[in-house]
Amino acid sequence: MNAPVLHLAAETPLVTTRLTVPGMKCAGCIGKIERELVKTPGIAAARANLSAKRVAITHDPALDEGALTAALLALGFESQPVADNPLASDDAERKRLTRALGVAGFGMMNIMLLSVSVWSGADGATRDLFHWLSAAIALPVVAYAGRPFFASAWMALKHRRTNMDVPISIGVILATCMSLYETITGGAHAFFDSAVMLLFFLLAGRALDAEMRTRTRAGIGALLGRMGKSASVIAPDGSTRRMAAKDLLPGMLVLIAAGESLAADGEVVEGRAALDNSMLTGESAPEPVAPGSVVHAGAINMGAPLRVRLTHVAEDTALAEIARAMDEAGQSRSTYVRIADRASRLYAPVVHALALLAFAGWMIAGAGWHASLTIAIAVLIITCPCAMGLAVPSAQVVASGTLMRRGLLVKDGSALERLAECDLAVLDKTGTLTLGTPRADIASLDPQARSIALALAQTSRHPLSRGLAAALLREGVTPAAVEDIREEGGTGLAGRWQGLTVALEKPASEGASDALATTLRIGETRKVIPFSDPLRPDAAAAIAALAAEGLPARILSGDRAAPVAAIAHALGLPSEASADPRAKLAALEALKAEGHRPLMVGDGLNDGPALAAAHASIAPGTASDASQQAADAVFIGEPLMPVALAVRVAKACMRIVRQNFGFSIAYNALAVPLALTGQVTPLVAAIAMSVSSLVVIANSLRLAGAPQ
Amino acid sequence: MTGLAILIPIALGMGLLGLAAFLWSMRAGQYDDMDGAAHRILIDEEDEA
Repeated sequence: MNAPVLHLAAETPLVTTRLTVPGMKCAGCIGKIERELVKTPGIAAARANLSAKRVAITHDPALDEGALTAALLALGFESQPVADNPLASDDAERKRLTRALGVAGFGMMNIMLLSVSVWSGADGATRDLFHWLSAAIALPVVAYAGRPFFASAWMALKHRRTNMDVPISIGVILATCMSLYETITGGAHAFFDSAVMLLFFLLAGRALDAEMRTRTRAGIGALLGRMGKSASVIAPDGSTRRMAAKDLLPGMLVLIAAGESLAADGEVVEGRAALDNSMLTGESAPEPVAPGSVVHAGAINMGAPLRVRLTHVAEDTALAEIARAMDEAGQSRSTYVRIADRASRLYAPVVHALALLAFAGWMIAGAGWHASLTIAIAVLIITCPCAMGLAVPSAQVVASGTLMRRGLLVKDGSALERLAECDLAVLDKTGTLTLGTPRADIASLDPQARSIALALAQTSRHPLSRGLAAALLREGVTPAAVEDIREEGGTGLAGRWQGLTVALEKPASEGASDALATTLRIGETRKVIPFSDPLRPDAAAAIAALAAEGLPARILSGDRAAPVAAIAHALGLPSEASADPRAKLAALEALKAEGHRPLMVGDGLNDGPALAAAHASIAPGTASDASQQAADAVFIGEPLMPVALAVRVAKACMRIVRQNFGFSIAYNALAVPLALTGQVTPLVAAIAMSVSSLVVIANSLRLAGAPQ
Repeated sequence: MTGLAILIPIALGMGLLGLAAFLWSMRAGQYDDMDGAAHRILIDEEDEA
């Protein structure tokens, strides 16, 4: 099923532009985009990628990005141009590993075919022929499929460190060289099958690891993609022209139309509107602005057009500063040493010393250098960490699969390891403990009022209108025939119904309480519709479950003190309110300095630096893109329980990993004496390697059951 | 033993064919959008004849 292609008559060279379309969710969306977009003049082809939430559009160079976004918007999809592909390097690595896995799999199957014949008794010229054929297959396969390990081992050695890839590379290279020597001299034992099988098993572990990473990272857009890409600059003579965000200068006067996002920080000069600041603060209520108000890049204008005098542009905006803070905070995490590398720091020297001792011992015993070297290499092959290489990724892939079915996406294996080590949970309020979207209480409305309210609310993108419309639609309300609906920024919606003026307005008693509310007016009667941002239904249970796992929770919110204290009291948690992004980051750093390993759960961009700085972090699926990018895991849906479940499964996963390590060590303790005494033939090595790998994988699969 | 002279090249050739098919399918982008491929089967193609 290919994308429909419309061949343009003109022979103009076409260009391809990529746009992210976060709203693309189903087959219907793909069909609609690919079928309808090509009907726009100038667009030749559109191809949707659902995994990456991208659309590649081949079009006439005369169309600019604005025209393409407008065409998508006409189909009902919001989109953002992608400047470059931030996930490209990840994707390239995954492809390299998959290719190497394919090559190793091919080599393993064919060499095993030949090896089985040798083990069944082929000898003389046939055995030599089979060894030569094996060598011809194994050498290019090892050279190609072994590259990821050799490169990583070389990097580690260059920095005078050792990792799991060092013993793997030494084992594989020595086994290949010795087998080649055996083949040339017509010897009985060649270990080509062991070397290639080892690579295949280990590559399978790596490929699973990479697949897990890209699968959960896909669809997470770049932070600055959300920021306005351009702005309408008003020249002194009153004319306007579009300028790219990077060309804006402080002091310029820009026009922000309704629905447009700000490209830079500034001060409102003219106009009144409400700004959706949820990108920066995570608060769902729009902030009213008037001349003199300071506004920030990334905010979306929900009301009337504004004129804004720019103060900070490009790299100086508050948004860019948060991005930098996140970057810096994330640095500490890159120094985290994963459990497999910690294990290999102990393991590699022992194995290499053992092989060296075996060689020296047999030389002293007078076995001759060839026999001694063969035995030393057999020790390396038998101890080569095949089961160890699978011990960690197999358990982590199964655990992340289990969590994915329960609505939690874990980004990589290191995240699972860090999650299991956390001893304290820090939670944001809005959007994390609560649902983050205002819910309307419509119990007091009669059916007629409901249908009028729906007719008004569904025309607006204001969060309260959207919350009201969603609540009404859930009740099965059908909209009344309201005419003349118009939205006035900062005041509300108004229309005409059967000759009466109907409206959704701000409550008259401004500032009476912190609660969100709107007034429904029909003729001269007014009714207040209260809104609340309810706690997630299982918040208390999830916090109890976290405490049971040894993670006492606390609240760290950017919201005002009163609502935070109310929620903290309801859940019985300590709390800190009015924390800005820097304060949140500082709080996390202080906890780390005290020796804690905090788990941060937050959604807003204001939580971004804290998410990046925490030992491990989780964000809800409704979080800003940047927060999802900074977090180790993302949970989907209303329940908060996946957070507690993540900790529980991560701990179960680490138990299994430790069991796998224990098994590998026990297996080595049994096999090494055999190797030391020279009893290991290629057949024994192949059987030992497969059995130990299968046992480790089978043990890991136990995690797939319900995590109790 | 003469059977080997035929069977081994056939076995290797088939293995190589499989590998080539796998590498080609990767290059052709067949693994780029696994979710999309699963959903595309549900698109009702209109008759465009």
